[in-house]
Order: sequence, then structure tokens, then C-alpha cells
Amino acid sequence: MKKIISRIGLLLTLLLMVVSLSACSSSASQKNVLKDDKQTKTITWGVKADTKLFGLMDVRDNQIKGFEIDLAKAMTKQILGKDGKARFIQVTSQTRMPLLRNGNIDAIMATMTITPERAKQVDFSRSYFDAGQAILVKNGSPIKNVKDLNHNGAVVLGVVGSNSVQNIKKFAPKAKVLQLSDYSQALTALKSGQGDALTTDNGILYGMSIENPGYSVVGGTFTKEPYGIAVDKGQGQMRDAMNSALTKVENNGQYNKLLYKWFHKVKGFDFRGAER
Amino acid sequence: MLTVLGAYSWINIRFLLEGAWVTILVSVCSIILSYIFGVILGIIRYVQIKYLSAIVGFVIDIIRNLPLILIIFFTYFGLPNIGFKPDPIWASVIAMAIFESAMVAEIVRAGIVSIPTGQMEGARSTGMSYWQALRYIILPQAIKNMIPAIVSQFISLVKDTSLATIIVLPDLMNHAQIIYGQNTNYTIPMFLALAVMYFIVCYSLSLLSQYLDHRLGTAKKSGEVEEVVQSAER
Amino acid sequence: MISIFQNYGGALLYGLGQTLLCSIIALIFALIIGSGFAILEVVPNKFLRIIAKIYIEVFRNIPLLVITMFFYVVIPMYIVEISGFVSGTIGLILYSSAFIAETVRSGIQSVDPGQMEGARANGLSFWQGMRYIVLPQAFRYVIPPLGNQFINLVKNSSVLAFVAGFDLMYQGNVIASDSLQSMSTYLCVGVLYLILTLPLSYYMRYLEKKLA
Repeated sequence: MKKIISRIGLLLTLLLMVVSLSACSSSASQKNVLKDDKQTKTITWGVKADTKLFGLMDVRDNQIKGFEIDLAKAMTKQILGKDGKARFIQVTSQTRMPLLRNGNIDAIMATMTITPERAKQVDFSRSYFDAGQAILVKNGSPIKNVKDLNHNGAVVLGVVGSNSVQNIKKFAPKAKVLQLSDYSQALTALKSGQGDALTTDNGILYGMSIENPGYSVVGGTFTKEPYGIAVDKGQGQMRDAMNSALTKVENNGQYNKLLYKWFHKVKGFDFRGAER
Repeated sequence: MLTVLGAYSWINIRFLLEGAWVTILVSVCSIILSYIFGVILGIIRYVQIKYLSAIVGFVIDIIRNLPLILIIFFTYFGLPNIGFKPDPIWASVIAMAIFESAMVAEIVRAGIVSIPTGQMEGARSTGMSYWQALRYIILPQAIKNMIPAIVSQFISLVKDTSLATIIVLPDLMNHAQIIYGQNTNYTIPMFLALAVMYFIVCYSLSLLSQYLDHRLGTAKKSGEVEEVVQSAER
Repeated sequence: MISIFQNYGGALLYGLGQTLLCSIIALIFALIIGSGFAILEVVPNKFLRIIAKIYIEVFRNIPLLVITMFFYVVIPMYIVEISGFVSGTIGLILYSSAFIAETVRSGIQSVDPGQMEGARANGLSFWQGMRYIVLPQAFRYVIPPLGNQFINLVKNSSVLAFVAGFDLMYQGNVIASDSLQSMSTYLCVGVLYLILTLPLSYYMRYLEKKLA
């Protein structure tokens, strides 16, 4: 019995140590990311690798390809000059915030919507793409828009850490939401019949419907999801650099070129309206 | 049928093999690290150094009783707090090494305990010091007994690397998921490939363990050693 | 950490309940299936022995995640719709039963063969001897390792997080991204897992010492 008590005491001490460690270290060291990146001539971007059109792993050469990747490369050149390099680290909606706050990545460009809650934790650039949330269903499904999901027994698939799962709770409060770890898992789950619809932003869903003709985006968008580039709190200089780089690529026509390259073939997507 | 055969195109196979390479790399690194640290920690736990052994023992118990996924999260999200920012490969190696060292340490401790105390007494009576006896008499016998348990622990390690897909480790599992995520027709072929590839690696390890077991003549196990094997299969 | 418990206590407890539920269901079925294959491994019939051996080797050497994902992705696509919780539990049952089979088999083999011979000499059939003489003795040996298997099961049930099984780990992931405090959330999750596994682990060590 005495042994057990001493064990419990030890446990509590250890726990206290761990907690205090995590508490005092959460205020990450305040260094200037922009300055460091200019020295190393590299910006490390957190990007998606499971999202067609935005950032998708190409099986043939092991490279991530998509609109966000190209935009990140163009912006890196604007910030660091011609010899600037963009490094890409794959993130999921679940891992991107901790990785940014820990400093593994310098900026997130990973289909991340600017929301007030997130803005408390990170700094956002202005929006570089205006998406809106929609739903993807199997062709011939009785579900025509998000309201059809608002009944008991409806199952909606989403991704852990995306704000579309928060939104769907507002628009279809009765539906059950299952959160998978990334978009390819969510899509596979939809195809396996684990849910009635998959919800996320229209751009991502269009990418899925191109590859999978049996599935289509229905009902139009029901929220506005402006995507922003996130940098850690306190990196105001980095954010300003992002904003001015974004302005430059918009003004010199690169932005529209990239938009055309990735979205002109996408059925149902108003890429002319998205041009800047 | 053709679409299914397309799953095994050279492009896809190469992509899978690249994933398998990462799986093997992470496994080998963490096997080496966890063997070294596991043996050291196991000995520390056994020899009863005041306070140190108790603390080490307790930390080992905590780690052994947590799910590996949690330890992966702690290393990937937690280590940067102390200034080290691992990429997914390093984070997985460190997480596996921490988890498996705790497992190996427990096997080592149980293995040493299973050596009859007479061995130690005999060695001490011939004039050896405690550490000499441990080093030359006890450990060689204990390690011989522990080999099957340790190898089966390493088989678990290889399988458990698949859990690191949650932090986007580009391993075999992750690469297979990418392929069937992009084309549903490839789902079954990819699962088949996954099963076969993991099975080949793990089963050859288990054959190695049987061979070593036979070679070292421990085929006839005492009840205690048998218990070591079982606790290792956790 | 305390704020996580305050704000998300209900969700965490629900996850804890699902983890426990899935572990207990899986333990019961894995114990039945595992013991079945353990007996098949020691029967005189060679064909049955080979079948048991194949089953055990296959499920011991394939990652749990692969088995679980198979049931989550492939089975609903072609055969029948099953939820993440069910597919995770089936995966756990198949995976754990292979390990339990090995544990029980070594338990059976640690019973003196003379016991079975004696039973047969007294006119009992092989199955009767197994049922009344060997198994009761074997189970006494294997209770500590079986307890360890149960701890394993609890830990391995975290694989349900991959298939939206609403277990503790899944809830942890959801809460971590909702509260944006990943470390504190995972510490809470860790404490809850330890509440399940640590006492059991110490109890099994105590039993091991007592039986040894």
C-alpha cells in the first residue's frame, strides 16, 4: 500500500513537471522568420498533398503539384528574389496549426479559411482565393443541397480541423458528422458509403469530381471561405511581405495565369469571376 | 480487369517501393536506437540504483501504457517546444525509439530476473564484482533467452510504423493510401500489395527469430522465459 | 489542461466510454476466436493445425491499421455497409485473436503432457481431456499475459481514430483542432488512457509475482 501511495505521488510530480514544461514553453521564441528566411534563401511552406487542383502528390515523380504550390513558388520568388527556394512540407488540416506555431513551417498555404477564431492564434494575409463551402454527393443521390442533410440519420463526412465541419453543424444540425484525417481518406469513405455527402470548400470538391465522374457538387455554395496564408503570431513583417508579394503576382498577371492553368477546365467553376 | 492490372503499373509499384523504403529506414533506425536504450534502461531498472531505478521504471511504465499514436503526437508537436523541430521521418524514428525502448527495457528486466539467483551468487563467490558478474555471467544468458521476445517486439515495431501516417510520414501505408485515394479501382489491389509487403518483411523477421531460437538451443523454454515472450508480445 | 477538461469533458468521457466498449467487445470475441485457434494448433489433425497456423501468421504479420482500413474501405464498397466503430472493432478482434491464440497455445503447452495422457488413459476423449483437464490448468498460467493483451487492446483501439470511430483518440484529435491547444489536449487524452491501462498493468504484474 505504501508503495502504491509513493507511486501515485511520483505520478503527480511527473505530471506537474510535464504540464509546467508545456505551459512555459508554449510562448515560442520570438525570432524574425522573414529575416531568417532571407538569410537561408528558403521559405518553408506547409501545403496539402491530398487535394486535387490545390496541392496533390503526383505518384509519377513524388512531387506535390497544384495551384497553391505554384502560387507559393511565385510568391517566394517575389519575397526572396530570383534565387529564393520554396520548400514544401505536407500538412493536414489537423497538423498545420501546431506545426506553424512550433516553427516547423514558416507559412501555411493549405486551403485554410480565414476565421476569427483562427485569427486569435495566427496572423492571416489577405485572401488569395475565395472559395465557398459546398457538398459532394454520388450522382442520383436524393440530396440536392445542404438542407436535405438536415435530418436524423444523415451522415456527413469532413476532415479533422477544417472549419467546414463547424459550419455544417450550423446548416444541418441534425446530421451526424464524421471527421477523417485527410481529404483522400474522406473521399474514400464517401465512395465506401460511409456517409451521404462530403462537405468542404467547392474548389476541393471540384477537384474530386473531375477524377470521379460518378460524383458531383450539388446545391452551390452556402458559406464564404476566403483562403488566407497563415503566419505565426508576432510575425507581422512576414505577413506584410506575403501581402505585398500577393499584390505583385496579382498585378503582373502571374496569378491569373496560374488560375487559368489549374481551373479553366473545371466544370461549374467560375474562374473568370475569380480572376484578379 | 484491366483497371485492376493498371494498379500494378511500374509507376505505382515504384511509388509503393519508395514508401516501403521509408518504412524500412524508420524501422531500422528505431530498432537500433531502441535496442541500445532498451538494454541500458532495462539494466538500470533491474539493478536498483536509489531513486534513479524507481524513476526510470515509472517512466517506462507510463510509456508502455500509452498508445503509440499519442507518443507520435507528443514527439511531433511537443519536441519543437524544447527547440528541436523534427520532420515526420525523424519524429517517427524518435517516437518509435522511445516507445520500443520502454518495451525492450521491460523484456530485458524480465529476462535478467529469469536467470536463477544462484548464478549471481556463484559468480560473486568466485571473486567477481557485482558489475562483472552482471556483464559476463548474467547478461549473456539473459540476452540469449530474450532474443525471441525482442525480435517479436521488433516485428510489432515494423507494423506500427504504419500509424505514423497520421503525421504524414511518407511510408508504405501512406503511399498506398495516396494511390487508392486517387483511383478507387485500385483499392483492393493496394490492400493486397500492402498485406503482402508487410507480411514479407514481418514474416521473414519472425523466421529469423525462430532460426536464432533454434540455433541458440533455447527451443525448450522454461516457464519463466515463456512469460518473457508473452509480455513482449504486447 | 484543466480548461480542456472543463470545456470538453463530456466529449472526452464519451470517447473514453467508446474506447472501453470497443476494447471489451473485442476482448470477448478475440478470446473466443483466439482460444479456438490455439486448440486447433495442438490437435492431432495436421490439416487443422495448418489452417490455424496460417490464420495466426497472417494476422500477426499485417499491421492492425491495414486490417482496419480494409474493413472500413473495401467491405462497404462491395459487400455490406459497416461503420467506423464496427470496422475498427472487427480489425481489433482479428488482430488480437492471433496474439491471444499464441498466448493460449503456450499456456496449453506449458501444461505437463502427462496430464493429457492420463486423461486419455482414463477413457476421456481428446476433446474431453482438453475441456476438463488441460484448459482449466492452462488458463491459470495465461491470465497475466492475457491481461497484458487486454492492455494492448485498449492501446490499439486508438486505431479507431483513423476510421472516425469516436474513440478517445478521435475525440482528442477533434478537440485539439477545435481548441487549437494540441499539447494540452493530448496530455488529457494520455491521462485518460493511463487511468484505463496503468492500474491494470500493475495488477497483472502483481498477479504474475503471485503465480510465479
